[in-house]
Amino acid sequence: MRKSIAILTIAALALGASALIAQQRNITVKGSDTMVILGQRWAEVFMSKNPGLAIQVTGGGSGTGIAALINGTTDIAESSRPMKDVEKAGVKDKRGKDVLELPVAVDGLAVYVNDANPIHELTLAQIKSIYTGAVKNWKDVGGRDERIILYSRENNSGTYVYFKEHVLENADYYPTAQTLPGTAAVINAVSKDTRGIGYGGIAYGKGIKHLRIKKDANSPGVEPTMENVLAARYPISRYLYWYLAGQPAGDTLKLCQWVMSADGQSVVEKVGYYPLSNTDRSKFAALVGVGGASAKAAKKGS
Amino acid sequence: MSSTVTALPVARSTVTRRRAYDWAIEKFIYLSSLVAIAIIVLIFLFVGREALPVITSPRVHEEVTLSTMFLAQNYGTPEAPLPYVWQPVGAVPKYSVMPLLLGSLKATLIAMLFATPLAILAAIYTTEFAPLWLREFIKPVIEMLAGIPSVVLGFFALIVLATFLQDTFDLEFRLNAINAGLALGLAVIPIVYTICEDALTAVPRSYRNASLALGASPWQTAWKVVLPSALPGVFAGIVLGFGRAIGETMIVLMASGNAAITSWNFAEPVRTLSATIAAELGEVVFGSPHYHVLFFLGVLLFVITFALNWLGTVVVARLRRRLSGADR
Repeated sequence: MRKSIAILTIAALALGASALIAQQRNITVKGSDTMVILGQRWAEVFMSKNPGLAIQVTGGGSGTGIAALINGTTDIAESSRPMKDVEKAGVKDKRGKDVLELPVAVDGLAVYVNDANPIHELTLAQIKSIYTGAVKNWKDVGGRDERIILYSRENNSGTYVYFKEHVLENADYYPTAQTLPGTAAVINAVSKDTRGIGYGGIAYGKGIKHLRIKKDANSPGVEPTMENVLAARYPISRYLYWYLAGQPAGDTLKLCQWVMSADGQSVVEKVGYYPLSNTDRSKFAALVGVGGASAKAAKKGS
Repeated sequence: MSSTVTALPVARSTVTRRRAYDWAIEKFIYLSSLVAIAIIVLIFLFVGREALPVITSPRVHEEVTLSTMFLAQNYGTPEAPLPYVWQPVGAVPKYSVMPLLLGSLKATLIAMLFATPLAILAAIYTTEFAPLWLREFIKPVIEMLAGIPSVVLGFFALIVLATFLQDTFDLEFRLNAINAGLALGLAVIPIVYTICEDALTAVPRSYRNASLALGASPWQTAWKVVLPSALPGVFAGIVLGFGRAIGETMIVLMASGNAAITSWNFAEPVRTLSATIAAELGEVVFGSPHYHVLFFLGVLLFVITFALNWLGTVVVARLRRRLSGADR
């Protein structure tokens, strides 16, 4: 009996020790479903440059990642919406550290309809009235005489919150809006439903039609393309963020600095999002201690 | 003589060892049952404690009270009033439970209407009519249905069943209560079937023989003699199936469309209590009103299934009493 207790204690100690050792070479990234692929690609490239380091990237929604950051179960929270003040206070309360907000990429939010839908562009106001239930038939916005079927995201998604704040201007979604888990599910639903309308990241937008968005009735319809988003012509675009509790150190700091480097930003484009503009990049890179962003990054590479 | 002297202690020690062994096993089983009960009590206490602030905390009451959860509110516009809205994220969070309750009820109702007759009739067929080889085939196949992970059933409903239903019945919404209910039914069938089948098999052979001897046809025997005698078991199966249907999460999360609508139209999407908890609990800030409300939904589900199980036990007991009375 006493022997088995001793063995158990040793095993527990060994486990604890190995966990401690593992912790130093292990970074967890959690949050936005929109950013999962981006985060994973970053992790793959960075891990190949830094053998022995393990980065775990998981999704669940921006809110999930932020909750995990507050509860201390993730090192980095990915979020497709800015963190709320309450949430920042939560990190301060529970972790005793200030939140570090790091915009890491730019994303445009596309509004999709089925390929068979004759509509090609809508104004922001029209999209708002469609999603708040004021307009229920496609013919009221110039389409066929059919009911509009709304597809939305679950309310734990940053996309849901962003769309609600910036397109619906904080009005409520109409109750018949079907909430689906993930942009991929929304696109799948719209591709199967000729009367459907949905919204989500541009990166996922394949197989269905992206609407051109008009800021108001008189302005031209703008397509969600890289040039338009980067030039801030496209009306529904946003930053994608990484959130950390306090200033990072060690591997996490190196990861953040690399993500903000030209090398790291080149990954963004491959996944289908938009890299930060050069002015943004040097501004935000300073947050993780990169002075002249390119100079330091070059030194790191050598 | 010496041999008896040595033999005796051996025998005694074997007996005491055996007794100690029995004692240990008995205590172990006792502990196992205690652990199961303790876990249930602890879960109930935990869920209850997290839900309690909905009733007691003034901080939570700034956002949500019991009356805003259950009674009609003035949301929407005067032309298009929306008395019951579930929209917990936003400038003014709205926590009406009614669309969720209604959603759970609608999906479960469809599931039971679809699954119960099928399961009971299948059970009658396998016990009363099917030849042995067919019975040995049908029974495991239906029971295998219970082994299909609910996420697979949900996926099937999302991709295949939804398209089929919409094309066949020209429904306005692809994902709706009917779609989710039918998929739920697939999960309920094996539960109701297995218990019904056991109950029907347990009916004594003599009942059937007596009925047949009196000139009843096999169908009359099955329908008027065997099924009524097995009614307590059949009813217990239905109650368990209902509990499974209302608590099932993954299938409804995937197949129901998850729109919190208050209407009795079964062709519209529904959002159920269980799917709401699953979809939103991952996101909420710990200790926020939204968090407590989600636990309150959990308590609500708990109470519904508890009430139902209790009702089930009462009815089964009454049926049993009536049956045994009729026997004499």
